[in-house]
Amino acid sequence: MAQVRFSNIGKTYPNGFEALKPTDFEIQQGEFAVLVGPSGCGKSTLLRMVAGLEEITSGELSIAGRIVNAIDPADRDIAMVFQNYALYPHMSVRKNIGYGLKNRGLPKTEIARKVDEAAALLNLGDHLDSKPSQLSGGQRQRVAMGRAIVRDPALFLFDEPLSNLDAKLRHQMRIEIKALQRRLGVTSVYVTHDQVEAMTMADRIIVMNAGRIEQIGTPAEVYHEPASTFVASFMGAPPMNLMRTRAEAGQLHLNGGALCETEHEGEVVVGVRPEDFLPDPDGAISMQVDIVEELGGHRLLHGQIGDDTVTVHVSNEFAAETGPLDLSVKPGAVCVFDAEEGHRI
Amino acid sequence: MKRAGFSTPWLPVLLLVPQLAIIAIFFYWPAIVALHSSFYLQDPFGFGSTFVGLENYTHLLGSAEYRRVAVFTLTFTLLVTFFSLALALLLAVKADKVLRGAKTYRTLLMWVYAVAPPVAGFIAVILFNQSWGPLTELFGLFGHTYMVGVNFNDTAFAMILASVWKQVPVNFIFFLSALQSIPRSVREAALIDNRSASGRFWDVTFPLLAPTGFFLLIINITYALFETFGIVDTVVKGEPGNNPMTLVYKVYVDGFRGNDLGGSSAQSVILMVLVLALTIFQFRLLERRIHYT
Ligand SMILES: Nc1ncnc2c1ncn2[C@@H]1O[C@H](COP(=O)(O)OP(=O)(O)OP(=O)(O)O)[C@@H](O)[C@H]1O
Ligand SMILES: [Mg+2]
Repeated sequence: MAQVRFSNIGKTYPNGFEALKPTDFEIQQGEFAVLVGPSGCGKSTLLRMVAGLEEITSGELSIAGRIVNAIDPADRDIAMVFQNYALYPHMSVRKNIGYGLKNRGLPKTEIARKVDEAAALLNLGDHLDSKPSQLSGGQRQRVAMGRAIVRDPALFLFDEPLSNLDAKLRHQMRIEIKALQRRLGVTSVYVTHDQVEAMTMADRIIVMNAGRIEQIGTPAEVYHEPASTFVASFMGAPPMNLMRTRAEAGQLHLNGGALCETEHEGEVVVGVRPEDFLPDPDGAISMQVDIVEELGGHRLLHGQIGDDTVTVHVSNEFAAETGPLDLSVKPGAVCVFDAEEGHRI
Repeated sequence: MKRAGFSTPWLPVLLLVPQLAIIAIFFYWPAIVALHSSFYLQDPFGFGSTFVGLENYTHLLGSAEYRRVAVFTLTFTLLVTFFSLALALLLAVKADKVLRGAKTYRTLLMWVYAVAPPVAGFIAVILFNQSWGPLTELFGLFGHTYMVGVNFNDTAFAMILASVWKQVPVNFIFFLSALQSIPRSVREAALIDNRSASGRFWDVTFPLLAPTGFFLLIINITYALFETFGIVDTVVKGEPGNNPMTLVYKVYVDGFRGNDLGGSSAQSVILMVLVLALTIFQFRLLERRIHYT
């Protein structure tokens, strides 16, 4: 069942800026959908439209089967976690978590029970009477989570909730949030500009660019079958190697060496993931290695294939050194994109 | 940290002298004179004075007239403070929601701040002019003959109106900047948590304005007590008679009109103690001023 349905949803700000081009898609019941894209591409705009904090200027939005365009944020049955937590500074942790419930007219004992339950779940038991200013960043983050889960909503919305945390805590909270969502089974839309976060947390990734949705798919689809050169270069660290070349007589060539067979003809862009290049003494593609980057578990070789800058991922067993290196490509690992428009062909 | 030093010990003293001189001449000297003369009974015609101890004070505290003025001052201060703060808060909340032309509204509201108190009083006098004041005519429509300077309540109302009008802009600016410093996401979180706009105001916005509110409360009490002198003076036109007046104005009337320098000095000493208490209270409050973040 579709929990959130976007029908032709678009947003034009009062100053005439079109932040979101009209789009259609659905998010399924219980799904963890991650909206990812570079800064300014309209992720927050889309999320805030779902929350009701930003007016929907075209199309129809339905949550749990109900059209919510004209419904107040408080009545949409959603909960939102903000980037800077947005806790009420003058309220204790207990009141922060319980505030939404109090306004729904729940009896006091019921609120206390739910708050204690959420606090136990989030390890906040010792801090219920503290003010937000007395908490660490990670604890504030948990309070914000607590405020969201006690509402028992139809939909969780997260706007870059981890970007204010340090790398270690971010990694830990990432796992906690994902586990919590699994456990509660609540449909979630999660905004981030960090593609690692997107890959690790998402059931489905929605890649956005300049107000447009470039691709919707599982992490594996988005990674291995990017719909455009934008997705190919945005997802993955290091990103997919993109190289301009020609297809002639059913064959793709790279720097003189045969790459693979193809049905296309003429100018194209080919994409190969760094780990899909294999060092191979009999390989047809020759690379000039300039820098060897030692990363412990593996090595990254940076260099040139013809005029294109490329990165190749090799295991630490491979004795890499600078200079010429012959490569082959894993079968079926080549993506071909239109040379002009950048979409996959 | 490196401390800057002076090469001669005289330079810092020299630099402080102008400021110290001003304080000495305009505050310490008069304060000492007032304290001194509050223990003497002055001859109204300037022929010497007699030491009377605390008699000026006991006389004041026993005086029904003094108590009447004190009660009026208290009422006046409470009303002016309450309405200045409440109106300013209302205007600030409304102005905060305005998106288009916000600057213009703010500038128009701020202009009043530049008006000097006697001028504010004068404007009130014009508005309530006996024969052609627009507000007098307005009250006339409701069957009330408005008489500033004759009817006690009418005069008091004019004073309060002018004082509030004069003070609203200052409070407005403070409240508006306090409102705008509330993070947008906190308001949005409240929007999701509470569907009632008034509930959101009292639960979230108002408590976050409280530190500013406390600060303004003290500022406004001080204003109503002391700085409204010019307004009171213009409205009663130096003819106290039966008219309402504040304690500060009574100091002036008794001392310079009634030539009772001893009594007037005793009154100013009492007021000085009051200011001192308020100032101490204010500093305590500012020190402990609630910092939320
Ligand atoms: N109120 C507004 N009026 C006009 N344009 C706006 C407004 N708010 C946002 N925009 C524009 O809309 C675009 C998308 O903004 P949005 O905040 O959704 O970006 P984002 O993808 O969340 O970026 P980030 O990763 O930096 O948070 C930006 O170009 C921004 O300048
Ligand atoms: Mg954003």
